[in-house]
Amino acid sequence: MSTLRTEVQFTESKPESYLSRVTKRFLKHKLAIIGLISVGSIVIFSFIVPLFFEYGSTFSDFSYLYGSPNSQYLLGTDSMGHDLFTRLMYGGRISLIVGFSAAIIPAIFGIIVGAVAGYYGGLADNILMRITDAFLSVPAFPIYMALAKLMGQGVLNIILVFSFLGWMTNARIVRGMYLSLKENEYTEAAKAIGVSNARIIFRHLLPNTMAPILVSMTLTVGGAILSEAGLSFLGLGVPPSTPTWGNMLTNSQQDIFLAPRLVIWPGIMIFLTVLSFNFIGDGLRDALDPKLYR
Amino acid sequence: MKKSILEVKNLKKYFPVVGGVFSKPIAWVKAVDDISFNIFEGETFSLVGESGSGKTTTGKTILKLLEPTAGQIIAEDIDITNYSASEMRPLRRDMQIIFQDPYGSLNPRLPVGEIIREPLFVHRVGNKKEQEEKAIETMKVVGLRPEYLRRYPHEFSGGQRQRIGIARAIVLNPKFIVADEPVSALDASIQSQVLNLLMDLQQKLSLTYLFIAHNLAVVRHVSDRIGVMYLGKLMEIANTQELFNNPLHPYTQALLSAIPIPDPEIKKERIILAGDIPSPINPPSGCVFRTRCIYAKDICAEKMPQLVDIGSGHFTACHFVKKGGKTEFTKKS
Repeated sequence: MSTLRTEVQFTESKPESYLSRVTKRFLKHKLAIIGLISVGSIVIFSFIVPLFFEYGSTFSDFSYLYGSPNSQYLLGTDSMGHDLFTRLMYGGRISLIVGFSAAIIPAIFGIIVGAVAGYYGGLADNILMRITDAFLSVPAFPIYMALAKLMGQGVLNIILVFSFLGWMTNARIVRGMYLSLKENEYTEAAKAIGVSNARIIFRHLLPNTMAPILVSMTLTVGGAILSEAGLSFLGLGVPPSTPTWGNMLTNSQQDIFLAPRLVIWPGIMIFLTVLSFNFIGDGLRDALDPKLYR
Repeated sequence: MKKSILEVKNLKKYFPVVGGVFSKPIAWVKAVDDISFNIFEGETFSLVGESGSGKTTTGKTILKLLEPTAGQIIAEDIDITNYSASEMRPLRRDMQIIFQDPYGSLNPRLPVGEIIREPLFVHRVGNKKEQEEKAIETMKVVGLRPEYLRRYPHEFSGGQRQRIGIARAIVLNPKFIVADEPVSALDASIQSQVLNLLMDLQQKLSLTYLFIAHNLAVVRHVSDRIGVMYLGKLMEIANTQELFNNPLHPYTQALLSAIPIPDPEIKKERIILAGDIPSPINPPSGCVFRTRCIYAKDICAEKMPQLVDIGSGHFTACHFVKKGGKTEFTKKS
């Protein structure tokens, strides 16, 4: 019996790579899997399914305005005779691209600003944080409008505008975390080894800041999709000829009683996407935290 | 003549106490105030003293983890006092540190193998495969199972974590290690294991230790020479035997009298120190120990006694200890 026990101990736990452990942990998170499947489906729906459909995003059937769903138009048509199903697919492309870019680009910028400010402190911190304060104290919407007017309408400009005005929260979160992380004894240990500041910031401390950043990023995805809708509504976002879930939603506002499905379907898509990203964010945060491994 | 591996001359480390609108220093905490000593190759030099006496600050300043305020640090004939971080980098291969807190000193987001491999990576020793092999070998040397390579620090006990910290310190084959209270955070049964490991490693790798501790029994077990610190100053330096058999400074005598003897029959005379250690912001004039010293006289408030050699490497900073170890103590009336 006792020999058996030692055997068992020695054959236990082969070396396992970091990635495989994170993946395993992530796959155990049920909601995250639901979110991942849902986002995956939406991506396939937006980017691959349209390839098999005959109508483009600008197709319209003027003989069939506000048409009810039928075998030709699966979800019916809108006030311009556009096929709602096709518009949802093409709208998903823009909304997802805007959502992703507006989450990732400002996060990267915010992390760099926050990390440098928090880690080095002193003058660098003061200068960077006063710039951040300046950006934070400007009301965002008028600036959106001004910039959109200045740079013209279009998807790329929307992403630039969101990136330009969306990094401050990340910078603040990251700075706060670096201020405390740099006082840790393991930071001192890294210095004692001779690790360079850049490596301490990005290799040693960054993983410790990822949890709140990921959560904030997943929230931004939803927020950006909604902001894009708002800008499109004001005629400052993506031009109406290019469908996005946001402008589909806002363009159909006056038809809400006439044909509720024109509002409901884009709304459901936005809702599903935002919710799924939040689930994924939760799952990632837990999977990346080694303290939760058992 | 033994070779000196590290020499500290008149080292001072003051921390500013900032206040006011402009965050100007309004006072200084004299954590380390003018201490000098040297450490010989292959020996264990211990610094002892109560909390707040500046032991840890001394250790960290020597490794330039803190900037010295004044004085000189000479490591193997190189004056590193004013070395910048980048100038220090190559020297860090030879001087390492083991931290007191086995929980705070390991990055929770790095697997153990990475923590131990990091020094090799930073100093570009070998390729990735060789580094990993070396990390595994080092884990074996400190008594960790190589299968634990990909585990995270929180999966280990305190003793195992301290072994990880030791592995990180020795993986580059350094010459000199500052062991900053390496066992004080561990429970008693693990302490001796880790101490024995440290002593084995000293033999195998011909290491020199600066051992920082407050437990005199531990210190007696591992040290060749001992320096006693009080309020940022060195009170006495002597060989371990000499210090325990013939303590000359009143503070050392008080410390030694506090060691419990595991025999209820023996009654010994204890020197009880009254009061607390004074504030290092505003230390007493003259001898910093005078406020708690049972032999203090007027001269103690006027003059700071110098650390002088009273023969055969025994240094004491007291007005009443004369050459040859003759003491002239008389109690306060």
